[in-house]
Amino acid sequence: MTKSSFKRIDGRKSNELRPITAKVGIIPNADGSALFAFGNTIAIAAVYGPRQLHPQHKQNPTKAFLRCNYDLMSFSVSERKKPGPNRRAQEISKVTEWALAPVLDLDSFPGTVIDVQIYILQADAGTRTAGINAASMALAHAGIPMKDLVCSVAAGKQDKELIVDLTKEEEDFKEGEGATDFAIAKVANSDEYTLLQLDGKIQPNIVSDVLELVNGACKEIYEAQKKALKEVVKK
Amino acid sequence: MKKSIKEEQEENSEFNREPSDSESVKRVVVVPGETIVSGEDYLPGEGTRRINEDVVASRYGLAEIAGRVIKVISLFGAFIPRRGNVVIGRVSDITFRGWNVDIDSASAGFLPIEESPRFINKDEMDQFLAIGEVVAAKIWNVNARGIDLSFKGKGLGKLEGGFIFRVIPSRVPRIIGREGSMVNLIKDKTGCNVTIGQNGWIWIRGSSISEEIRARKAIEYVAEQVFIDGLTEKMEEWFDKNK
Repeated sequence: MTKSSFKRIDGRKSNELRPITAKVGIIPNADGSALFAFGNTIAIAAVYGPRQLHPQHKQNPTKAFLRCNYDLMSFSVSERKKPGPNRRAQEISKVTEWALAPVLDLDSFPGTVIDVQIYILQADAGTRTAGINAASMALAHAGIPMKDLVCSVAAGKQDKELIVDLTKEEEDFKEGEGATDFAIAKVANSDEYTLLQLDGKIQPNIVSDVLELVNGACKEIYEAQKKALKEVVKK
Repeated sequence: MKKSIKEEQEENSEFNREPSDSESVKRVVVVPGETIVSGEDYLPGEGTRRINEDVVASRYGLAEIAGRVIKVISLFGAFIPRRGNVVIGRVSDITFRGWNVDIDSASAGFLPIEESPRFINKDEMDQFLAIGEVVAAKIWNVNARGIDLSFKGKGLGKLEGGFIFRVIPSRVPRIIGREGSMVNLIKDKTGCNVTIGQNGWIWIRGSSISEEIRARKAIEYVAEQVFIDGLTEKMEEWFDKNK
């Protein structure tokens, strides 16, 4: 294919991620916290709990309640965003819960809540995926029993070319077939996917190619998460 | 009097007690889902599970390979209450059956009125324990409705004077040390009374503020050190340096 000749807007290869920054333990008052950045997209996550859940009618006597809150800060985008939750933030909070819950052992803490706060400090597309990566690290850091880490990245299409980790500029691409944004979260050491969100058009027969691209990218993300988690423990 | 608390704390931390020197112990940081060792010879302990041949970590922390048993000790995170834990908490409310105690965990602690050593008139409960006062108590039951506390045991009860501060709860076994060696060293060197709650709250009362602060600094230093080989000896050096 034309893989080698294709150049992306910022000069990356089609399967190349933006530079990753991962840090753990950035918020001293939280039980667990982490920062994850894809290039200019920066997400921080704080985990509190397991702790008492209010209102009490939301308590589940069989397992813990996972409560995620995604917040795109008003200064994170070039045009100031009206602060506070909106429909988009609510949706992303919900899908983040669904992306993380399958790896967590929520049965160990009945009647409690695990709060996950995700703040996007700087947005350049892929904020939900950066948020999930940060939240996954923060949950591990909080000592919550979990099967595995969750890695997340957006793959997609710019005209006919498959690319991974889209920037805002690539997401807004209008020529040819336009742009496709396919946010995917994956359980690191198995072939389970916990988030699939498609925005745009894609041919069914190339979805498997996209997943392959994502699997490669997730390996890189997993290594970065692992490194960050191991670094906080001083020898 | 304080000695008995220490003894009880040792019983409580039985499951994350330091292994003795004779066993060769390998410690390595692991993340959830990471394979620690593989082979049928190893047994998965706390914080691990077996997937086919491999023993895999199910939480983030320090994996200890002591003989055949593998376990993962958490290094961060909130306090998970267990029966028998000694905790320090603050009275948050008075009901007509007892006192609600905030012990910094997922469910609130409850201290029944029967725990008072003498008869208390129901409308004079705040004379024994008022809202905002700090107590050391033992968890004698954890159930879905809450945590029941008890004063049965020497050294438990209302804490007066001194101050309390907080460390990461999972570091408490390190601060107590093997058979209480670390906390005894800190007590000897500073002459302070130290009560350590498994929930990470620590109460210090000494003869002078400067000694209390020194004890606090020593405890915070211990809590920072994760790899603990020969830490008691290291602490003696630390005390020589920080006179």
